[in-house]
Amino acid sequence: MAAGETVAPREVRETAAVEAGLDALDSAPAGTARRPVGRLLRQRLLPPVVAVVLVLLAWQAAYEAELKPDYLLPSPADVGRALSDQWYEGTLFSTVWTSMERGALGFAAAVLLGTALGLLLSAVRPLRVAVGPVLSGLQSLPSVAWVPAAVVWFGLTDATIYAVILLGAVPSVANGLLSGVDQVPPLYLRAGRVLGATGAARVRYVLLPAALPGYLTGLKQGWAFAWRSLMAAELIASSPELGLGLGQLLENARSYQDMALVLATIGEILVVGIAVDLLLFAPLERRVLRSRGLAGAR
Amino acid sequence: MSETVLRVGAPARPVLVAEAERPAVRLTHVSKWFDTAGRRQTVLDDIGLTVGRGEFVCVLGASGCGKSTLLNLVAGLDRPSTGAIDVPGGRRPALMFQDHALFPWLTAGRNVELALRLRGVPRRERPERARRLLDLVRLKDAYGKRIHELSGGMRQRVALARALAQDADVLLMDEPFAALDAITRDVLHEELARIWAENNLTVLFVTHNVREAVRLGQRVVLLSSRPGRIAREWAATGTPEAALTARVTDALREEIRRHGRR
Repeated sequence: MAAGETVAPREVRETAAVEAGLDALDSAPAGTARRPVGRLLRQRLLPPVVAVVLVLLAWQAAYEAELKPDYLLPSPADVGRALSDQWYEGTLFSTVWTSMERGALGFAAAVLLGTALGLLLSAVRPLRVAVGPVLSGLQSLPSVAWVPAAVVWFGLTDATIYAVILLGAVPSVANGLLSGVDQVPPLYLRAGRVLGATGAARVRYVLLPAALPGYLTGLKQGWAFAWRSLMAAELIASSPELGLGLGQLLENARSYQDMALVLATIGEILVVGIAVDLLLFAPLERRVLRSRGLAGAR
Repeated sequence: MSETVLRVGAPARPVLVAEAERPAVRLTHVSKWFDTAGRRQTVLDDIGLTVGRGEFVCVLGASGCGKSTLLNLVAGLDRPSTGAIDVPGGRRPALMFQDHALFPWLTAGRNVELALRLRGVPRRERPERARRLLDLVRLKDAYGKRIHELSGGMRQRVALARALAQDADVLLMDEPFAALDAITRDVLHEELARIWAENNLTVLFVTHNVREAVRLGQRVVLLSSRPGRIAREWAATGTPEAALTARVTDALREEIRRHGRR
């Protein structure tokens, strides 16, 4: 451009053509081919199913070898019967639902509180220096340790259960957001400033979306902690006034010496935990990572 | 952009003298130093530079000359230690980085729309305007594409569209093409020249590439290194590109040699 030439239309067209060619050559091929469902099932679903079947077979073998008396080690069929009894009594869903409702409500409150706390700590440096280590420490404190204190404070009420959930899950959510914010590349923040994103706009349009992957990890962990805390609370804070949740059912089964029901309940707790992870968090995480080009072909 | 009358779609060179009266950017006695571990490191030393409206100025320098610091100061990302930076247009300058700095959680179109939104363009107008800006950089079809689906050259063009969406008086460019391959860079030079000429832009472009500086700039300003000072300046109009490139290269090599002798 040193000489003051006028760009001829033909030249412009030529540039455009070369550019179009480069664009076509350089960009990633549009969308990866979907893997056939049959193969997907074989590769991802079959191995865990095989593993579960093997465990059940080993269990059945141990039962038939009478390694332990059957009031200590019931057969898989006994446990299945305990489950179907629950089903016909109509208590299976109500029990699972009671716990899931508590878990969802407690988790939602933990997300609100933890997010607010994380934002506050990420914005106020001295506060973070003071509270950050305590928060990380709390994350490694088993939340079951709060149950006795909560029972003394709140008695055998729902408040006890929610308090334990919050104490278990809030640190994870807050820490997840903090580490998400820490990992935001400074370049994005500078680009945001150049575009005029300051104050609330900076948080909304740059900081939070950029921190989303770390935040999601925190949420996932927060849910796991909330679910565990809930079970601990239900197991210990078990009283007729409180609705019957999975933890209480587990405690009742223990006091009746009903080993089949104990194992069936453990199975239910496990299934809920896995289902929430698989149906809620895994797709969410995959979507976020994939849309940013961060996920491999999974 | 009140002075569209000057050049509407005419790529002829504006008159430098007339425009120096109302500059787009003026730096007077600007210095910048950082105090690290008790030692003062001067990055920029007494920089005086005026960029006229509609002018294309290239700042050239080897590493350590404080080119990026200079742009950060003009962009308002950092403050000078002494001196004054004047951007009379009042609007925040737009800045393009070497790394596109597009937001990966948004599509190309949404990245442009975010810039529009942050300067208060009403929601209804945004998609249409974003499409027009992408069209300007010849990326009409990239509107719904994610950033990771685009090539390096396409990303920089989206970044340019986003910068243009700010409708700033001044466009600052920090080695925006340095990471691209030669052919892509070549094409983007032509595109930038076209867009500059058609849209009455003021550009302050920083690079370490002499050919790039001579090719794009109406003026080439050479910064010395450690500390960055304005060493020489050339008007690129009227001199054949090859001759000027040779001259500027000599001057840059001389600058760099000075550091080896110390």
